[in-house]
Amino acid sequence: MKRTLFRNQLLPWLLLAPQLAITFIFFLWPAAQAVRQSFLRQDAFGINTTFVGLSNFEALWNSPEYLNSLQVTAVFAVLVTVLSMGFALLLAVAVDRMIRSTSVYTTLLVWPYAVAPAVAGILWWFIFNPTIGVMPYFLDAVGYDWNHISSKTDAMTLVVIASAWKQISYNFLFFVAGLQSVPASLREAAAIDGAGPVRRFFDITVPLLSPTTFFLLVVNIVYAMFDTFGVIDATTEGGPAQATNILVYKVYFDGFVGQNMGSSAAQSVILMLIVIALTVVQFRYVEKKVAY
Amino acid sequence: MASIILDKVGKVYAGGTRAVGDVSIDIADGEFVVLVGPSGCGKSTLLRMVAGLESISEGTVRIGDRVVNDIEPADRDIAMVFQNYALYPHMSVRQNLAYGLKNRRTPKAEIDKRVAQAAEILQIGPYLDRKPRALSGGQRQRVAMGRAIVREPAAFLFDEPLSNLDAKLRVTMRLEIKELQRRLRTTSIYVTHDQLEAMTLADRLVVLNAGRIEQIGTPLEVYRKPASTFVASFIGSPAMNLISRRAVPHLPGTDHAGTIGIRPEDLTVAPDGPLEMEVLAVEELGAQRLVHGQTGGERLTVTMPSGEALPEYLRLAYRPGSLHLFDGKGLRIA
Ligand SMILES: Nc1ncnc2c1ncn2[C@@H]1O[C@H](COP(=O)(O)OP(=O)(O)OP(=O)(O)O)[C@@H](O)[C@H]1O
Ligand SMILES: [Mg+2]
Repeated sequence: MKRTLFRNQLLPWLLLAPQLAITFIFFLWPAAQAVRQSFLRQDAFGINTTFVGLSNFEALWNSPEYLNSLQVTAVFAVLVTVLSMGFALLLAVAVDRMIRSTSVYTTLLVWPYAVAPAVAGILWWFIFNPTIGVMPYFLDAVGYDWNHISSKTDAMTLVVIASAWKQISYNFLFFVAGLQSVPASLREAAAIDGAGPVRRFFDITVPLLSPTTFFLLVVNIVYAMFDTFGVIDATTEGGPAQATNILVYKVYFDGFVGQNMGSSAAQSVILMLIVIALTVVQFRYVEKKVAY
Repeated sequence: MASIILDKVGKVYAGGTRAVGDVSIDIADGEFVVLVGPSGCGKSTLLRMVAGLESISEGTVRIGDRVVNDIEPADRDIAMVFQNYALYPHMSVRQNLAYGLKNRRTPKAEIDKRVAQAAEILQIGPYLDRKPRALSGGQRQRVAMGRAIVREPAAFLFDEPLSNLDAKLRVTMRLEIKELQRRLRTTSIYVTHDQLEAMTLADRLVVLNAGRIEQIGTPLEVYRKPASTFVASFIGSPAMNLISRRAVPHLPGTDHAGTIGIRPEDLTVAPDGPLEMEVLAVEELGAQRLVHGQTGGERLTVTMPSGEALPEYLRLAYRPGSLHLFDGKGLRIA
């Protein structure tokens, strides 16, 4: 690494200042505020604030709504991760065979990633709109009455598809890169060793892909838990009957719509802890070998 | 154990590149055949066609009494040792060795027995439970060999298996491969671009040039009677001197457009010799030295015992009967 020596002690700090300021103003300060607020309670008019200790957290623990949201988030995150990674892997395997001949396909598959979550949400909202959407029309033809406004399952399906769709391209890129880094000679050696295509895939490719898979697993869980706010807001707004009210959306809804700052702050503190935990797991395992 | 017969085999890649054309070789059961040639001449392509990793565009390949053109690599009863070893990095050495047997549903006891045997032969017993990345280059090489021998296949295919080793280890492993093959008597095809490796290992050499066979023969046959100027310059180190006929009109021979070949070791200093060489550079090798120079505008190399400083000009004689004569197309006349 190149080392630069500054004679002036102040200059490096000046150069760092903008980045430090941004980090402080937009990340550290709000985070600290959230932690502070999570221990406070405001009265209905927002005039008096009192210190209430852990009772905001206690209230969450005893709130069926919050526990439901926790469960919804878990189901949602698992479904989005499995769907987006599974589908991306399928595409990547298909592309891996022909990658040397064309890169157009690869480029096309990256497009969804350039679309903002809210736009993606609206897009899927239109496609699945019970009155004007194209999907309900087709589903009706096979005898399924699609309605994500009243059906919990339909609503969950919609937000899962809309969220997973966007992540597929990202996962795809990593999987393609991962597959490309598995030496062809290993698969050839396995072929000579009597392993058919399926066996080769599971015995050779999957293990060698495991660092990529693990990395994507964490990234996708984080995405599903935190980055899907736009999708939910544009499609179901957490409904029907809380069926798609994931934790991040609930933080926003309770805080900004319900004006319950203490509870909202406590919820964001919990989310923060989850992110920290995931990050620790990430670093722990990515540093170590995952499978070999 | 099986013979391998290539009949007019050719390969044209999808892009239209012709990599191999009209190659016919009969390899006897238990024979060690080395495919040798410069980089890009189609050696790997040919070997991979035998292995079944590359489709065969033209001709037929037989292993034993079967035509294998349309048979999967797994069912051809061959084992291959790759240049980069292609060991499975996530499996232990033991698992690497056992993988091919496991896929063929060999009973557990039999697998254990064969792995132990192979480990014994190749002295890799102490590393059986290590992952490949915890092995040195030479040990990996042995494991790659082990993976081939546990299967007890009809034929071994080697694609430059020693090229990732340092010079000294290469010499040791070369000898080990030779001894192993002598002992197992398994038909082998070995690809290399190193002519010394080819000479020392082969029962028979196949010299390839631009996808075609230049010559097939035992190492000594090829060395003593190279079929073309290409083979002459490729086999033997230092390379044979190839002098255009016109530069030395007083030497015997007929064709005026042709080339005369003289091996450096067939030239000696002689005051009344027919060749005069201007000395340009000397390489000392210890017991011997290589003297490079020119005669009539053609480069010339001579091996001679080391000794005192050389004059600027040397007169040289060639050993009687050691001249190789090639016609205008580079093909051997005598
Ligand atoms: N998959 C491929 N598609 C198109 N052309 C190929 C392919 N593989 C090899 N070739 C071409 O075929 C020719 C022979 O290649 P091959 O790998 O058999 O050479 P080689 O003799 O093994 O060389 P080296 O000593 O460098 O390994 C080369 O011109 C190469 O560019
Ligand atoms: Mg090669």
